[in-house]
Amino acid sequence: MSDNPASLAHLHSRTFLLPQEDIDTDQIIPARFLTTTTQDGLGKLAFHDWRYDEDGKARDDCALNTLDTGEFAILVAGRNFGCGSSREHAPWALHDFGVRAVISSEIADIFRSNAAKNNIVPILAPPHSHAWLLEHEGVEVKIDLERQYVDLGNGPGFHFEIEPFAKHCLIEGTDPLGFLLSHSDDITAYEACSA
Amino acid sequence: MSPDDSTPRSLFDKVWDAHQVKAETAETPGVLYIDLHLIHEVTSPQAFSALAARGLKVRRPDRTLATIDHSTPTLDFKAGEAPPYATRAAQLQVERLEVNAASNSIPLHGWGSEYRGVVHVMGPELGATQPGMTVVCGDSHTATHGAFGALAFGIGTTEVGHVLASQCLLQRKPKSLRVTVNGRPGRGVSAKDIVLAIIARLGIDGGTGSVIEYAGEAIEALDMEGRMTVCNMSIEAGARAGMIAPDETTFAWLKGRKLAPKGAAWDEAVTRWSQLASDPGARFDREIEMDASEIAPMVTWGTAPDTGISIGGHVPDARSASHQKALDYMQFEAGQPIAGTKVNQVFIGSCTNSRITDLRQAAEIMRGRQVAPGVRALVVPGSVQVRQQAEAEGLDQIFVAAGAQWRQPGCSMCIAMNGDRGEAGELVVSTSNRNFEGRQGPGARTVLASPATAAAAAVTGLITDPRSLMEPAHV
Repeated sequence: MSDNPASLAHLHSRTFLLPQEDIDTDQIIPARFLTTTTQDGLGKLAFHDWRYDEDGKARDDCALNTLDTGEFAILVAGRNFGCGSSREHAPWALHDFGVRAVISSEIADIFRSNAAKNNIVPILAPPHSHAWLLEHEGVEVKIDLERQYVDLGNGPGFHFEIEPFAKHCLIEGTDPLGFLLSHSDDITAYEACSA
Repeated sequence: MSPDDSTPRSLFDKVWDAHQVKAETAETPGVLYIDLHLIHEVTSPQAFSALAARGLKVRRPDRTLATIDHSTPTLDFKAGEAPPYATRAAQLQVERLEVNAASNSIPLHGWGSEYRGVVHVMGPELGATQPGMTVVCGDSHTATHGAFGALAFGIGTTEVGHVLASQCLLQRKPKSLRVTVNGRPGRGVSAKDIVLAIIARLGIDGGTGSVIEYAGEAIEALDMEGRMTVCNMSIEAGARAGMIAPDETTFAWLKGRKLAPKGAAWDEAVTRWSQLASDPGARFDREIEMDASEIAPMVTWGTAPDTGISIGGHVPDARSASHQKALDYMQFEAGQPIAGTKVNQVFIGSCTNSRITDLRQAAEIMRGRQVAPGVRALVVPGSVQVRQQAEAEGLDQIFVAAGAQWRQPGCSMCIAMNGDRGEAGELVVSTSNRNFEGRQGPGARTVLASPATAAAAAVTGLITDPRSLMEPAHV
């Protein structure tokens, strides 16, 4: 077990669904909000143009506006979630909104890398489990990151792949920069060789 | 180093191997050295804050190069006056980069620099981007620099901090995918049409987890600007990077640029760069082939960049709920011809298509014609250098005489952060790279196209095959 209080070794929550395929980072947080110089408080901008009309009024027909992410912290999304830009504002916004894991049948590379660095577990589900999740909104899901297993109760649970170092960092709260800087001598030696 | 020097290696393998500080293991990713780190105002401030919070310094400011492009206005302003920022936040963000660059001794091509420009136009133009390098930037279109045979990819802000602090990244080796485009395209078919066809073939996630090498006669025949256009859009097929083997075209383009090697160092570099091309028999995880002669001018019908169809084609039937949503957003009916659609705005610019050859192609169509009534056309050069070159050639006069707006360099309407944007419901024919919902402004509908097709849309007010406006001499 981890001593890390923010550890995502075990995550037990309910799902909310965004079944659309190819949800890009411009949907997750529109570019016009990227003039910020901090990473705090972006949750209110998550899926902004889905949640609010042109006058900034919350849309009644958008379920995201009444979602309690304290209870529903696992986003199940259509194929290829997070495609598009490299903006880390996307996982910053999702985390602040309350998302702790994203499950899809495909997750875009840069988003996947950014998510894992911001305490969101990116999980690729096999097609039948993904389809089942998309048909069962709000189910209770247990994610065991240690064993890399998602328990869907009555549904088709599944094992998932995650890059071992990203998993280690998510569980232990290890800072990758610290790990990188522990190679300073190697970096200096490389620079001396290639100069 | 390759474990066995006789094993044929790809261009990607060679660049990857040469930058391994520490090889990856089952438990940990490898440490990859970064030769060139490009930064801009939008994705860097939080990285500098993270460094400052830990008391870390920028390891190699000499391998870091900054510019301002995303949040900057493209409107004219007089020397000594404040730039007309769209918002106070945009101004503060640019000023933050100015402070961060100055306090870390990072060269910044900001206001007043003759090299200011869209980051992926500036790097190559300076000769900072060179074959065989690793190049990163907090921007997904960093793959542009792969046109020079560099391994170039976009990173998040946490990783921007990693590179600032260590000049390295933790990486596992991606898969490889070779896209070979055989033959020659017909007249009026540009690099943009080729890459839109490639993306339509691969699909928006067809390149996920991969580095693409573009090869074949049609790729080799492209000029450097065209190669940059192709590599630029690799991310639109989900790929980490796109690369093209450096050759005489590459060397001729680079020679004499400000930061390119000079004298004996140049000759030595060319010898080294000439070894980078993929060895015969190099293995790729996946390969596809296409025929350039089958590619027509392309336009997109949907809200993802893989929805390109030939300009003479029809909007396809919806294959899924997501497709139907895209049709509804774009206000297209399945089965309708895409040509003839009414256009409200035209944007010629972006890191995909704002270089001098792009502007020449657009000017050729607009020469002696008028922007159609009710259409707003913006021409935004990619850099101060491009703008000056275009003015030296009189291209600005062609655009202005046609009734288009000739702007200062920047990302402008590609990302619509600086006040340049489409209005809700407007149809924008754009030479940029993304047609996502709201990308060019809430409710704006984007059709991606080449510079020639965008110019044809401007002067006819409709989505129009540019070949119908080309001089017979051009055939």
